[in-house]
Amino acid sequence: MRKRVVVTGLGVVASNATGIDNFLQAIRCGQSGIKFLPKLNELKFACQVGGIPDISKPEHLEFFSKYHFEDASDNVKYSTLAAAEAWKDAGFDLPDPIDSDTDYDTGVIIGGGVGNIDVFTDKIIPRIESGNVRRLRSNIAEFTMFSAASANISFLLALGNQVSANSSACSTGAESIILGVERIRHGLAKRMLVGSSEIASPYVWGCFDSMRVLCRGFNESPQEASRPMSATAAGFVPAAGSGVLLLEDYETAIERNAKIYAEVIGTALNSGGQRKDGSMQAPGTEGVRRCLAQSLQDAKIEPQEIDYICGHLSSTMADPIEIKNWAAVLGRNGHDFPYINSLKSITGHSLGASGTIETIAAILQMHHKFLFPSVNCNDVHPQISEIIDSKKITHSLIENIELNVVAKASFGFGDINSSLILKKI
Amino acid sequence: MEKLLKIIEKYSFNKELIKDATPDSRIIADLSINSTRIVDIILDIEEEFNIEVEDSALAKMVTIRDVINIIEKK
Repeated sequence: MRKRVVVTGLGVVASNATGIDNFLQAIRCGQSGIKFLPKLNELKFACQVGGIPDISKPEHLEFFSKYHFEDASDNVKYSTLAAAEAWKDAGFDLPDPIDSDTDYDTGVIIGGGVGNIDVFTDKIIPRIESGNVRRLRSNIAEFTMFSAASANISFLLALGNQVSANSSACSTGAESIILGVERIRHGLAKRMLVGSSEIASPYVWGCFDSMRVLCRGFNESPQEASRPMSATAAGFVPAAGSGVLLLEDYETAIERNAKIYAEVIGTALNSGGQRKDGSMQAPGTEGVRRCLAQSLQDAKIEPQEIDYICGHLSSTMADPIEIKNWAAVLGRNGHDFPYINSLKSITGHSLGASGTIETIAAILQMHHKFLFPSVNCNDVHPQISEIIDSKKITHSLIENIELNVVAKASFGFGDINSSLILKKI
Repeated sequence: MEKLLKIIEKYSFNKELIKDATPDSRIIADLSINSTRIVDIILDIEEEFNIEVEDSALAKMVTIRDVINIIEKK
């Protein structure tokens, strides 16, 4: 029989807040982390807004200095901060960096969409091109690895179970959670730190800008740029950040009397294979619906039990399609549709990091009994209001609401889908 | 030696060990420093003392005294 898996720790670095307490406060208020970025203006980007986390507080710098992360990619900085927070949130202490024993029961999987390319663009390429390969320094290699975040978290916490990194574009975050859940379900680990991280880089964002998929009309009003579910949604707003969750075997968590946020009761991963209406860039209907349905089946719940959907909803023309797919799979329309909102309306789209940051937002809402405001969609897209009652979109903060079962799905380039069902226990 | 310890300190996970270091302290074994960081210590020494240290010197740098000798010969 498979083991039950629960969430016992959370850590976050998002464009609108760093740290769980600040993030909770920020999402409650619908506080946006999206700003005008002069650098993108200088570089002649059509989209000149984005969401970049603040990790410049004295306590952040002290943390990076203590563990020698100063020269690391922002991926490593974001995710080590989030991992340390999740670890402490679960009731554990940070071990001594040298004199402590390895914890062979706990592993770490931190994914990303593009990886540590800031190390290449800011350090390696300039030094090598100017003939200074000798001066690259010994820590450069460890920060270029796609597994740099996981490897450095393993060092930080002396973790001795699986230590690796996953990647599946914007599905990465939800996928990392699913990989950790599977490992615990099979009894191969007692705890898994899972999550994902994405840097802010014009060299990544430029690729999307050239595809015309970033928001271009709101450079003067950055906080209105990300408009999921709106008739005037015109492309996503790029962002950066990291979310990390501590997953734990239910029995182990009960034994040590841990605080339990939620149980992960259902998961599913698949790809539409880029056939029919699916493509490299667009999630195909058949694959998406199979994935969502499989996660419900895995959770052994009825569609009617879903109280809330934490949307992928990235402020593009795919938003109505996502709603249509959920409505079809759940067989629920109009006022019967679950509540839905989009964190991307206030954080922007942090690509590979989005799935874990959004799952954390979903868990916090369930735990603290509220639904955060999904901003900038007073003009609901007509193809959405045809399917669901627009009151099911949380236009403003909803308090004192019992959310027992919530769904979180993510979709990524490569026609890749992932879906999670979480339950309060 | 003071300047040298200041360089080495950056790479140690235990700053207390640096305070008690003597010329006979072994940089890697005694001062809680990852062995690959010797490369960075050399680069810092080159910048601080305006000298160039050959790669062949790397193997001879075990104790603080070894490093001081290399710097003084330049």
